Amino acid sequence: MQNIAADNIAKPDQGYRNLVIAERKKNNAFKVIAISMAFVVLTVLGAIVLSLISGAGPVYEHFGWRFLTSTTWDPVQHIYGALPAIYGTLVTSLIALLLALPVSFGIAVFLTELCPLKLRGPIGTAIELLAGIPSIIYGMWGLFILAPFLSEHLQPALTEWFGNLWLVGPLFQGPPIGIGILPASIVLAIMIIPFISAVMRDVFAVVPATLKESAYGLGATTSEVVWDIVLPYTRVGVVGGVMLGLGRALGETMAVTFMIGNANNISISLFESGNSIASLLANEFAEASNPLHVSALITLGLILFAITFAVLAAARIMIAKAERKEGSR
Amino acid sequence: MSLGQGTAIALGAKEMSHFKRRKIKNLISMVAATAATGVGLFFLCWILFTLFNRGFGAMHLDLLTKMTPPPGADGGLLNAIVGSLLMILVSTLIAAPVGVIAGIYLAEYGKNSRLANTIRFINDILLSAPSIVIGLFIYTVVVATLQHFSGWAGSIALAIIAMPIIVRTTENMLLLVPTEMREAAYGLGASQRKTVFTVSLIAAKNGILTGILLAVARISGETAPLLFTALNNQFWSLNMNQPMANLPVVIFQYAMSPYENWQGIAWAGAALITLAVLSLNIITRAVFKQSKY
Repeated sequence: MQNIAADNIAKPDQGYRNLVIAERKKNNAFKVIAISMAFVVLTVLGAIVLSLISGAGPVYEHFGWRFLTSTTWDPVQHIYGALPAIYGTLVTSLIALLLALPVSFGIAVFLTELCPLKLRGPIGTAIELLAGIPSIIYGMWGLFILAPFLSEHLQPALTEWFGNLWLVGPLFQGPPIGIGILPASIVLAIMIIPFISAVMRDVFAVVPATLKESAYGLGATTSEVVWDIVLPYTRVGVVGGVMLGLGRALGETMAVTFMIGNANNISISLFESGNSIASLLANEFAEASNPLHVSALITLGLILFAITFAVLAAARIMIAKAERKEGSR
Repeated sequence: MSLGQGTAIALGAKEMSHFKRRKIKNLISMVAATAATGVGLFFLCWILFTLFNRGFGAMHLDLLTKMTPPPGADGGLLNAIVGSLLMILVSTLIAAPVGVIAGIYLAEYGKNSRLANTIRFINDILLSAPSIVIGLFIYTVVVATLQHFSGWAGSIALAIIAMPIIVRTTENMLLLVPTEMREAAYGLGASQRKTVFTVSLIAAKNGILTGILLAVARISGETAPLLFTALNNQFWSLNMNQPMANLPVVIFQYAMSPYENWQGIAWAGAALITLAVLSLNIITRAVFKQSKY
């Protein structure tokens, strides 16, 4: 009996051995497939960067670095300068961030500290649905619904309140037409609120309950717990979430195209029309036929990509740092 | 005794005012936080109400049976709806296998290796890269090479937007599958491939499906990457080598036009897209809630 068993172990039958060899081959083949699919991700990013850089060639030969500082954008005369579009992109995004930040912070605090447990799910979902609405819908709503409201109510009021103030006055003077830098920023702010508040809510949830409970035990109020315990603990993650929102705002196309007025100028007034890189691309690229015009637009795309890459990379690194804190606690 | 009581009362009064100030500060902060949530919900309701009001007012059976009209004429959105569905289908068929397998690599093979961490980082960058830049990229690589706009170009642009979403959710969902389940399979002599296909993927399938649906929801409303890839087409066409009508670009053109019938159709299209995207989001949540991992 023992001998037979030993024989069986020493010499597994041929069919079984073939099965093992076949499975080993399949196993290795799938590993190769998996790695190559992962490399697709790397290749796509590399190809995006390369194609934009090569598309930017003619503009660099023609204008050099002056392209970045010139304020004239004139496709008829073939003079191209990126500054108005860069200015519009940065200013609308920064104003949007200033407007969205306190609201997002409030929502995150409400959802983590105040909201009854039963309502947390539904209200959180509703805010997240705001992020799901396509940007073109925000643009249409902004142009047809929000713009008339802004031009009739908010803009005249802003001019009356702040228009004569020292230093900030000129920002709020101008034609109250409902489209321009400030209206575009307001729509952008509404769009990035759900992104920022979702990240903030998630990093707030990382704070160990014992920390908060000790503070409450010492008699701290909810607002003291938020400012003195939760915020210091989650600072890095919060900044990361804010930068993620900033990245979104910088690259946003459709809503801004509807709202910004699409005029290539730089003016102090926030009521004046402007242009952002993304909206300039959306408006002109499909019709551009002159190679220099196409190259100028692709260069703008490269600049936009470089700015958002820097912001998003910083955001990701910070959020990853905040999440590692969760792991090590 | 009386002295002690006196100091206690004096201290009490001082602390009371301090306590009151803290209490008022707390109240103000909490009211502000609640108001902020109110602001968020208010805008959601305002936008949905507008869409409901204007979109469903313009909703008509013609939308589903007629082509996009010239200015002033009656028409519908049939070619745009079909074009959008076709491009979403093709881009999902491209992005889902690549995304799921890349996600499997990150969760099951790469783990914390330097390569996997790099790919994870790059994927996160792609996840929030400006979609108009993706359109620009596909224009230079596909449209400029072939010398014409096409449904294929639009589908590839959408696939590049969908892929990182699928990679991310697939990895996250596979990471939720307990290691013990994999170890049980290895203990029975299963290879890594066999374990992935018969244990990890089966356990995580609802989650992975969720990721694919979320990606579909995201690309359904994308306009910017289609502007100079698929462009638009006023006529009925299923030819992926030709410019292809699609809902987002039609909405953009019609909403920006001065013609009232075009604007009406744009609102109806906007209501349709939002309805589709939001229901996909809600269905996804329901599917995910049912799954264990």
